[in-house]
Amino acid sequence: MVETMNKTWFLACQVQDVPENGGVCVKVKDQQIALFHFARRGEWYATQNECPHRQQMALSRGMIGSQGEEPKVACPFHKKTFSLKTGACLSGDVEAIKTYSVMVKDESVYIFMESDEI
Amino acid sequence: MKIIIIGNGMVGYKFCEKLIAKNPQGVELIVFGEEIRPAYDRVHLSEFFSGKTAKDLEMAPASWYEEHGIKLYMGDPIMHLDCQNKSVKSHAGIIETYDYLVFATGSSAFVPPIPGVEKDGVFIYRTIEDLEMMRDWAPKAKKGAVIGGGLLGLEAAKAMIDLGVSDTHVIEFAPRLMPRQIDEAGSKILQAKLESIGLHILTSTNTLEITGTDKIEGMRFQNDELLEVDMLVISAGIKPRDELAKSAGLAVGPRGGILVDSQMITSDPHILAIGECALYEGMIYGLVAPGYEMAEVAIATLLGSDKQFTGFDMSTKLKLIGIDVASFGNPFSTDEDVRSIVLEDRNKGIYKRVNISADGKMLLGGILIGDAEQYNMLLQTCKNQVVLPPNPEDIMLGSRGGESEGGAGVLSLPDEAMICSCEAVSKGDICSHVINGAENVEAIKKCTKAGTGCGGCVPMVKDIVNHTLKSQGIYVRNVICEHFDYSRQELLDLVHLHNLRSYDEVLSAHGHGDGCEVCKPLVASLIASLWNEMILDKGNDTAQDSNDRFLANIQKGGTYSVVPRIPGGEITPDKLIVIGEVAKEYHLYTKITGGQRIDLFGAHLTDLPAIWEKLIAAGFESGHAYGKALRTVKSCVGSTWCRFGLHDSVSFAIQIEERYRGIRAPHKIKGGVSGCIRECAEAQSKDFGIIATEKGWNLHVCGNGGSKPQHALLLASDIDSETCIRYIDRFLMFYIKTADPLTRTATWLNKLDGGIDYLRNVVVNDSLGLAEELESEMQKLVDNYVCEWKAAVENPEFRKRFSHFVNAPEEKDPTVNFEVLRDQKKAKAWN
Repeated sequence: MVETMNKTWFLACQVQDVPENGGVCVKVKDQQIALFHFARRGEWYATQNECPHRQQMALSRGMIGSQGEEPKVACPFHKKTFSLKTGACLSGDVEAIKTYSVMVKDESVYIFMESDEI
Repeated sequence: MKIIIIGNGMVGYKFCEKLIAKNPQGVELIVFGEEIRPAYDRVHLSEFFSGKTAKDLEMAPASWYEEHGIKLYMGDPIMHLDCQNKSVKSHAGIIETYDYLVFATGSSAFVPPIPGVEKDGVFIYRTIEDLEMMRDWAPKAKKGAVIGGGLLGLEAAKAMIDLGVSDTHVIEFAPRLMPRQIDEAGSKILQAKLESIGLHILTSTNTLEITGTDKIEGMRFQNDELLEVDMLVISAGIKPRDELAKSAGLAVGPRGGILVDSQMITSDPHILAIGECALYEGMIYGLVAPGYEMAEVAIATLLGSDKQFTGFDMSTKLKLIGIDVASFGNPFSTDEDVRSIVLEDRNKGIYKRVNISADGKMLLGGILIGDAEQYNMLLQTCKNQVVLPPNPEDIMLGSRGGESEGGAGVLSLPDEAMICSCEAVSKGDICSHVINGAENVEAIKKCTKAGTGCGGCVPMVKDIVNHTLKSQGIYVRNVICEHFDYSRQELLDLVHLHNLRSYDEVLSAHGHGDGCEVCKPLVASLIASLWNEMILDKGNDTAQDSNDRFLANIQKGGTYSVVPRIPGGEITPDKLIVIGEVAKEYHLYTKITGGQRIDLFGAHLTDLPAIWEKLIAAGFESGHAYGKALRTVKSCVGSTWCRFGLHDSVSFAIQIEERYRGIRAPHKIKGGVSGCIRECAEAQSKDFGIIATEKGWNLHVCGNGGSKPQHALLLASDIDSETCIRYIDRFLMFYIKTADPLTRTATWLNKLDGGIDYLRNVVVNDSLGLAEELESEMQKLVDNYVCEWKAAVENPEFRKRFSHFVNAPEEKDPTVNFEVLRDQKKAKAWN
């Protein structure tokens, strides 16, 4: 059986719009996506902007870093940390966050989303 | 095996949690609870009035039961139990059969048969519903009373004070307060302390009648005296909930309680009882720790392993209205072969008593009031029969003066010593987990649950962890995190020596990995403390904690609060008007802060630069309320207006606040200047406090409000203004250079070898020859000051970061919601 994938690359912003080793929030229709430029590793990550701990739209304002090899973001409110790769909570028992693929092409940054979410 | 649990209180919940943790196969769990919500923490019930919500007190949400396949019926008590057919029927008519039934019905408040108890305004203190009814009634009440001067009664009295019924009487039938836990002398000290905070205590008092028509108006006592009250809480003891067991024919005690044996089995072999409804050897155990132990035993019984309940130590420590009260072992013993040592300090409200064996070797029990710091150590010494030192009173007095034993006491405990009695974790358990890699308190909490109940054992757990690490040859060093193998002081020296100016440079030169939320703000603060450059420059913005990154304080809901500097608390009418206008224009909630300035809440990230521009145009600047930096220098009105004032405290406060504004430190810093000995600026509760004398100023340092208040200590007296500033320069710079991260000056001083005498030698007598260097370093920071708000609004690169959506910069976060409160707005509460 072939699964049809209904996903597209959403143009979020330009590379220079995102601070190095920090994040910004991208508006995608009614959704908020946190986009991070992990410049130290030359990597980009995207997750939901809402921290599931107290439902605050804040992850894009959080500090990023690493735990062992795992890249992570810490919510500014109570410092719950989440893996930027898997979305799993690394500091206790909060549910995982959604993560998205990111592509950079010609200085533009794209996020891979369900087509009907855009 | 199908198990039904009747009762969903703390013990019923713990039974489920502990059983699930054992991961038993083929067990089906059904819980019937009478209350309309999942189990909650009744021990901390009074916190409901000091701001906690029902949700905060929850042990686990309803979804927890679902996730673990437990069927939970809330608000549905069991009405009928048929032991023959092993079935129960609930109020809603649900019929379930069981293989085993567990009673965890707990207890209800015991209400003495006083005529008039049914009147409006009379409450019991047991469930969240009781508390909600009290809360609704309290605004109408002026004079309150509590019947019962025991543990719960005093908790209820605290609740009354929290509810604003400040004129409250505590009525106790016995001749003293807390008759079960403490002796007469201790009771007197406790009573004096409670009276000093405004409670009225009546002991040996029997209530004959509650007067009033429909609503309570007063109480009549045995001496025919009348007390006018309009609110009464009865908290005179507990009554086991055994009515269902009784009607089903189970054996109960003559004064209530379901009879159980040491395996928690009742007179029916398929029915068990645990917690406050169970009667074991003639005793009801009205505390949570023995209830948890019973749950553990009941599970062992059901799963066929051997565990017996053999009674439980009723030692207890609690904080009553801010006063420590503890009793352990046998607190009262008056036998001939028992020697009691008593320490009584009426001035400070401290009472300590220890009972020791005649040969002076064993600790048998004791009482601590006003200061229970040694409770854990004493309890373990008593329980484990550790041989006492030659001067047994030492264990009661604790460490004296500057010499600290550094928790050496835990070393003498045997492995069986129970460290966490809520979760039954022994010293041996903790040690073996440390050896297996759980090398800090958080890790121990996670794998053993120790310290997750009442939390009283956490300091001991920490000592045990550190000692075990040391005994394993692991050098315990305060390194910053996995990315930096240095202490804060070591890293500060490196950053200074190598002239590093950005977080990334520091990480590349002296760290490894990619940093984290611990080392980023710490290093950013070090860089700021050394060079005082704009904190968002050189890519340091993403290393700052959220508040510093956006130069404002993030609040519930994701908006920010804005605090302009108002030095010394002095402000012109024009500036006040501007604050009002800005608040109106941007719909901000305004509140006067504790530091004599005005906080504007609820600003959208996008609006911050515009708000700052307006404030700057009116002559304001950043107040650094978001930073680990100088907050305010509070002042009294001083000699310009006050008839007692000796010097102009306001002018001096402004001069000092403007000198140290913006300087980053390991933690926030607060100052105060009082114009005379009356100390209206409360300067002795500040990191540095200056008080006018006839001859000049007295300088006090290292005071602290916060969770552990501490008075500032006198550093120098009768000094002139210039000397005072030089001493503060040296003091602050020395603190900035040597303190651990996130350590206030008070804690820093407490850890400083030699204490205030050493500090005075460094600052006043220049014993290290550092004075000149410290002063010039401070002067450099002062000279480098710029207002961060101004720098941020004037630089387009900084300014563009102040938007919520990168791809729609003009739009605000649509999820931000406010509610109305007293004609202003407040953030929407979170779940």
